Amino acid sequence: MGLKTPLHGVHAAAGAKIIDFGGWEMPLHYGSQIAEHLAVRSGAGMFDVSHMGVIDLRGPAARTLLRELLANDVARLAQPGRAQYACMLREDGGILDDLIVYFAADDWYRLVVNAATRSKDLAWIRAAAAVQGVGVTERTDLAMIAVQGPQARARAASALPHACRDAAPALPRFGFTMAADWFVARTGYTGEDGYEIILPATEAVRTWETLLAAGVAPAGLGCRDTLRLEAGLSLYGNDLDESHHPLESGVGWTVAFEPGERAFVGRSALESARRAPGSVLVGLLLEDRGVLRAHQAIAAANGPGIVTSGSFSPSLNRSIGLARVPAGTDTGEQVRVDVRGQQLAARVVAPPFVRNGAATFSLAPAESSR
Amino acid sequence: MSQIPDDLQYTRSHEWVRTLANGRFEMGITDHAQSALGDLVFVEVPAAGRALAAGEAFAVVESVKAASDVYSPLAGTVIGGNAALASRPELVNQDPYGEGWLVRIEGGPPAAAMLDAAAYASYLAAETK
Repeated sequence: MGLKTPLHGVHAAAGAKIIDFGGWEMPLHYGSQIAEHLAVRSGAGMFDVSHMGVIDLRGPAARTLLRELLANDVARLAQPGRAQYACMLREDGGILDDLIVYFAADDWYRLVVNAATRSKDLAWIRAAAAVQGVGVTERTDLAMIAVQGPQARARAASALPHACRDAAPALPRFGFTMAADWFVARTGYTGEDGYEIILPATEAVRTWETLLAAGVAPAGLGCRDTLRLEAGLSLYGNDLDESHHPLESGVGWTVAFEPGERAFVGRSALESARRAPGSVLVGLLLEDRGVLRAHQAIAAANGPGIVTSGSFSPSLNRSIGLARVPAGTDTGEQVRVDVRGQQLAARVVAPPFVRNGAATFSLAPAESSR
Repeated sequence: MSQIPDDLQYTRSHEWVRTLANGRFEMGITDHAQSALGDLVFVEVPAAGRALAAGEAFAVVESVKAASDVYSPLAGTVIGGNAALASRPELVNQDPYGEGWLVRIEGGPPAAAMLDAAAYASYLAAETK
């Protein structure tokens, strides 16, 4: 049997369809993935993301260590209480993981990493941390709940501990507040406003039930995937992996090349890649009827490409995807995608596909797709 | 528990067949199948006149997560696919044995290996154990 989060019993009691996700038994949906998706876009939904890894780095050299390990620069975090999205790279620039780093104090940073990569990440971080004398602790005593949607922050207010209630509503994007073992961050993976709440595992069930009573709908990992895809956010293992560097994975914006003297792991490989762009990650909107899926082959004007993520967009009522295509492929270009043996037409668009519940591009009226 | 009407025949790959009059048959996927797939977002059905061999894939049902082929347990010629599914694929989720039918064909007869409702119910019970 797989690993279980502190909320597993709650999901089972709610009739969730449980699937294996990176070794964890997680809820795929609680009845209808599409209804959950739309609930997050129009109101508020909550996700159990306790399977993700929470890693604390403590010691005076923690910042020095992270400036070496991450392609983004934690020195850009102006003050404690700010968080940043970053990639952790190999020497050849391949992406080991994408993560959020929280600046808690001068001698304390927290990482939240993907479930499927946590063991690999821990080994990598521990090897580097030992050299710098930084303490590395995996916080398996904590749970994590993401509350997302236009109503998320209002409805979550009553579930927060008193010590966080004043600070939370005032948080800027990527800001967080903490009290004892509670972290409340204004971050997310859906393209909607909301919080990601890290809390003691022992308080997870009570908090989930308080959120439920406040009108927050349980949402499974199924709609988490379609929500993040509509928001144009990358998924590790699909759009990001060790065989590709950030510049060809749509996350080049997270690489801090300045200051030039910061020697982060993967820097020299990225400097070379920057001079000779190979491929880029773009958004695809399927114009014909069908559904884009990962690994489908693409024929673009500049050469072949591949779909890295594809699904049906419940907000747009048509299929969308992310794809790696040759550099120079332009927004607006029509490409052909091999969908189960048929060569279907898709248009290259710039993600996100959906922002604040609406399409970010004009939908042609004559579309044959739904 | 999934619904399994008594008047239909079933396959181990979760299709159902309804015998109509005059050598005609209606086919679809079972309640168990639609539930396992989740919300359907795309259904492709065959055009009228297409000849089907027994065991041939004749339709594609795609949920948010994955695409699945649907196999015909009998040989025949397609009379028509369910055109309503092009704009309302969710009919297969809502009414898999009624408005969510996939295709009507002329042909048959169904193979002897098909299951009746009781046999399909025990097959499901064993499979999901």
